[in-house]
Amino acid sequence: MSRPIIEVSGLSKRYALGEIGFSSFREETQRWINRWRGRESESDKAAATEREFWALRDVSFSINPGEVIGIIGRNGAGKSTLLKILSRITEPTSGEAVLRGRVASLLEVGTGFHPELSGRENIFLNGAILGMKRPEIAAKFDEIVAFAEIEKFIDTPVKRYSSGMYVKLAFAVAAHLEPEILIIDEVLAVGDAQFQRKCIGRMQTIANSEGRTVLFVSHAMTTIRRLCQRCIVLEGGRLRGVYPSEEAIEHYNRDVGATELDVETDALPRAWGSTGEEARLIRIQAGDGRGLFFGEPLTLTFTVRVRSLIDAGMIGIAFNTVEGSRVMTLDSDANGETLRLAPGLHTVTLSLPSLPLSPGRYYCHAAIGQGQHMCDVIDNFALWEIHAGGRNDWESDRAFGGCRLRASVTHQVVAL
Amino acid sequence: MNQPEPIELRIRARSGWLWLDWRGLVAYRDLIVLLVRRDYVSKYKQTILGPAWAVVTPIVTALVFGFVFGRVLGVQTDGVPPSLFYLGGLLGWNYFNQTLTATSNTLRGNYAIFSKVYFPRLVTPLATALSNLLSSGVQLITFAAIYAVIIGANAGITARPSWAALALPLLFLHLAALALGGGLLLSAVTAKYRDFQQVAPFFLNLLLYVTPVIYPLSQIPEKWRWLAAINPVAPVIEAFRAALLGTSSFDPAYYALSVAVSAAVLVIGVGYYQRLARDFVDYA
Repeated sequence: MSRPIIEVSGLSKRYALGEIGFSSFREETQRWINRWRGRESESDKAAATEREFWALRDVSFSINPGEVIGIIGRNGAGKSTLLKILSRITEPTSGEAVLRGRVASLLEVGTGFHPELSGRENIFLNGAILGMKRPEIAAKFDEIVAFAEIEKFIDTPVKRYSSGMYVKLAFAVAAHLEPEILIIDEVLAVGDAQFQRKCIGRMQTIANSEGRTVLFVSHAMTTIRRLCQRCIVLEGGRLRGVYPSEEAIEHYNRDVGATELDVETDALPRAWGSTGEEARLIRIQAGDGRGLFFGEPLTLTFTVRVRSLIDAGMIGIAFNTVEGSRVMTLDSDANGETLRLAPGLHTVTLSLPSLPLSPGRYYCHAAIGQGQHMCDVIDNFALWEIHAGGRNDWESDRAFGGCRLRASVTHQVVAL
Repeated sequence: MNQPEPIELRIRARSGWLWLDWRGLVAYRDLIVLLVRRDYVSKYKQTILGPAWAVVTPIVTALVFGFVFGRVLGVQTDGVPPSLFYLGGLLGWNYFNQTLTATSNTLRGNYAIFSKVYFPRLVTPLATALSNLLSSGVQLITFAAIYAVIIGANAGITARPSWAALALPLLFLHLAALALGGGLLLSAVTAKYRDFQQVAPFFLNLLLYVTPVIYPLSQIPEKWRWLAAINPVAPVIEAFRAALLGTSSFDPAYYALSVAVSAAVLVIGVGYYQRLARDFVDYA
């Protein structure tokens, strides 16, 4: 067994909150003068500690060559700070990280692209910024161009590229780096769906190729599950542990706490520039408050305040997995009947005989609309937990995938 | 058995000021070249005159200076034709001015890149200094051409380049060191205290007047001359003229002082810049 390729010990990063950074010269001078005269007051010191914030506190782990490691945690858990330190963009306050090998980090695609330069020139420039040598880039040039699918436009300034082409080219350069250690921040989701699949495929190739060590930050658990063997779980700047991916994802899901089944939605922020002026969702309830179970009946009750007549309206709810894929939508007009809502207070109920979503957590989104016009849209109004079912549930424990429906079955013997 | 591991990178909080990543700079030399190229292309793309702009601006400036200071104010030019006198002075001054102005924006101007990827932070200012050297080269050629025309038209003019002209690269190096040191110091200070944003242009404006660009050092009364000479740019500009036009106001003692000051400015500037570049993305 060789030495770990990455060894992190006691890594900490402190930030000062507030206006410390861009303090004005006068304040700073005043502070210097005070310190020089030995008059730094106790209250100054106390204020300074109060404004401190540890983005990362005493994090230690080690990674062996060839491992593909995910870094997961809620927003603010310290993932980005860890990546920034390992990429040498900023320095730790204390602790040490030892990296044994050439490092390339991708915290963004297309860093340093210049709009006036052609695709060809940008490939070389961007490659050099990411740490490639000129002959290396030249050797990979054709591969990069082919991967980005932009052969025809290679000598056009990138400012004339569509945003899709731009991003494809940027990812293509990054994907052809060949360092021993690759640090990646959720930059995968670029381009159209087809290109995204290609990106993930490429990441898998990179990850599986011999000797390559990859550190990968993502909120997309599907990708984590697919690419990583182990995950570093961070929480509030501290290391929670390094676990096999499945276990790590469970920890992560547990951290992202679920919400109650009766949600007051009046004060929540609205999405898509919808105002909720004409009609507004003010409360959404699921079931009878006992909990949501796979395979059991589902009843959703929406309370709506209507200000101006909605003639042909609809109310809908959508369920997204924690990884972000939409797995189920229920719309009131799916059966062809619209709602007529006069100004006033209404409740609308949607019911299903059997809830088909696999046990797990789902982000819920709701909307009221009229034709193409959305009156009120609330994204992520709740994170609801769906439990394994009670008496009827003999199937959810083997459920993979978002939805599990009961198909009718016919069986015929063709020959014996 | 351990496999050979040529590279080992240790990331920890450093406290020293003077730590230069020489190996890194060498490893990223391709990037320096590409950045110079980027500067060049982006500056002149979609312009009609292209690199000729590097020629046009000093010529027009020299003409205006010649008219205002030579004709209107009657400033003496050490017996050299005014156009050559001003062009010779501007050659050095423009390089200094442009390099200092550009590098004083290094940290803030490159925030988008510096916050996403690491490469030795001296790469960008070095590329700036080099790319400005290119336009100075173009100006030098222009100077030579105009010189030839003027001498050809009037053989009585005595201004001749001296052997010291061979030292021109050293003079440029001297200006580059001073401009980089000053620019990086300003860049670091501005990143921390925005107050200093106002300083660079203002300072350079004033510096032009206390530097013998539009007048020869010999025009300053003897007892005030030391004042002009403690300005480290002044002896270099004089040296430019002495080398290109054979004027005689070059003073080795002042020049030596300027070398010492420039070296100090370079060390302090690079040191403070590197110190700040280590975590400047945290407060920007």
